[in-house]
Amino acid sequence: MHMADALLSPAVAVTMYAASGAAAAVSLKQLKMDDDVKRLPVMAVTSALVFAGQMINYTIPGTGSSGHLCGGMMLSALLGPQAGFLSMITILAIQCLFFADGGLMALGANVWNMAFYGCFVGYYLIWRPILHSNLFSGMEQRKTIRARIILASIIGCVVTLQLGAFSVVLETSLSGITELPFGAFMALMQPIHLAIGLVEGLITAAVLVFVYESRPELLREVEDMEHHDGKRTLKTTVAILAALAVVVGGGLSLLASSNPDGLEWALFGNAEAGYAENMGLDEEDFGVKSGIADAAASIQEATSFLPDYAFPDSESAAGTTVSGLVGSAIVAGVAVLISMLGGFFRKKNAKQH
Amino acid sequence: MDQIGASLRELHEMDELALRRSPVHGLCPLCKLIVTVTFIVTVVSFPKNALTALVPMALYPVLLFQLSGIPVSACFRKLRLVLPLVLAVGLLNPFFDRAPLLRVGEVTLTGGMISMITLMVKGVLCLTAAFLLAATTPIDALCAALRRIRVPETMVTLLLLTYRYVGVLAEEAAVMTDAYSLRAPGQKGIHISAWGSFLGQLLLRSMDRAEELYAAMLLRGYHGAYPHAGTKPCVPKDAAYALCCVAVFLLLRRYDLARLLGSLFVR
Repeated sequence: MHMADALLSPAVAVTMYAASGAAAAVSLKQLKMDDDVKRLPVMAVTSALVFAGQMINYTIPGTGSSGHLCGGMMLSALLGPQAGFLSMITILAIQCLFFADGGLMALGANVWNMAFYGCFVGYYLIWRPILHSNLFSGMEQRKTIRARIILASIIGCVVTLQLGAFSVVLETSLSGITELPFGAFMALMQPIHLAIGLVEGLITAAVLVFVYESRPELLREVEDMEHHDGKRTLKTTVAILAALAVVVGGGLSLLASSNPDGLEWALFGNAEAGYAENMGLDEEDFGVKSGIADAAASIQEATSFLPDYAFPDSESAAGTTVSGLVGSAIVAGVAVLISMLGGFFRKKNAKQH
Repeated sequence: MDQIGASLRELHEMDELALRRSPVHGLCPLCKLIVTVTFIVTVVSFPKNALTALVPMALYPVLLFQLSGIPVSACFRKLRLVLPLVLAVGLLNPFFDRAPLLRVGEVTLTGGMISMITLMVKGVLCLTAAFLLAATTPIDALCAALRRIRVPETMVTLLLLTYRYVGVLAEEAAVMTDAYSLRAPGQKGIHISAWGSFLGQLLLRSMDRAEELYAAMLLRGYHGAYPHAGTKPCVPKDAAYALCCVAVFLLLRRYDLARLLGSLFVR
């Protein structure tokens, strides 16, 4: 689910950076208030562990495939949502810098898609409500808590992964990168991540149950739950989840409709300056019918008719032209030359030493 | 072991590359960070059909590879991880956008084909730029640069500590996986009966280790901040490098160099 830089437009990337940055700032402040900063080594070691845990293959029974660990839910169950969120950020940053998994510019979006949902939504709306609910309360206390941990882990991983996958689709579509229609893209992403979420949920549940059975004090919410049981009912949990769905869905559709053309953003605001030229270009294309050959011819015509290359007609379809191809070949030649020169000088240096 | 071992080797390789000496390694980390981010943003901001305008941007990684002496193969081994996702998203473009854009001889290129290739080129360029930053800058220097742009101390220390411990814990996980697979021959991964206890054991041990680590840090005088020793100051040469690079990127974004060059030869 790690997004690469090329899948985002700068505007979307910056927006996601702002959102994730704000969440990180709030988390840091909260941590400082709780004086949790001194738990820094614990956070570092736990996130390193999640990192290592993600490299381990778990065999899925009945199938030949293997599953991996989902970080967000586990980290927030162990460290709390704020510390878990910050830990996830460092994991994603290291993955992007040293393992080329995800991009530097897409980091903000990746943090949001994987860390924000996993830690905050997963903790406040799923982990805590389910642990405090009166589900399974007929059984012996240890069994009850164990069942709740399993349920919370699985629901948490599935829901947060679905939200994450939906965000990937939304961000890519808003960036105008893919020609794939929004609905088809979603139909592709959501079911895959449903399966992944189920497996990740099971692995997370197994690890957390093990921790509960050997060292329950390490898990958040479990300790105070043992004292007063059943604060929230299933109804409240469902209500919270429903409210979340409405907020997320409504907010997203609002965002989408106010930016119908996919947040077009250019580094140089040439809407005013390039207007006249753009009009001129339209005149060139004016008589063209939409026949395939005609369109191709017109684009070639348009480019050879315009010897003035000073203005960027990059917004038009003719971003790629014959002279562009020739120029690219020249640039490629220069690149090869640089590489040969570099090799030559290095060899010379090596001989001297 | 295989997968974890491979990841560990990759991590060590990056550490070794970053400790080499070259004109690029010697630059101020903050300037390198700024140039890298500008490069990535510029590359991504190109329109989806501007394939040829994008080509001159490739000169930056080519130059850096040559100046730094970082092997290109090390970078392209990493591509295998990311490229599939970029490919998967772009792969359907040729089917959805069939409007012909360009004809070279008998071959007609459609908008979808061009936008798919552009997307791939963008992906490779961004990845290469980020790789070059990480491969020419040690993590300590990178963290010092982050401190200088006011990233909170907590985050930077967390990043540094996590990075150090990824290696340690991955090694431990590799030993455990080895031991497990030796006792469970012919099995591909961890069986469901051991899902919880396998990582759980490592987790409990690591938590204890973290407590000891913190005690050790306190005994050595840690008080909430990690001193970043020996950070390179930003000399005029570094600033000039950063300014030149940013200016060239912006110019290449504004003017289609490939087309300008080509127009000298084609009508």
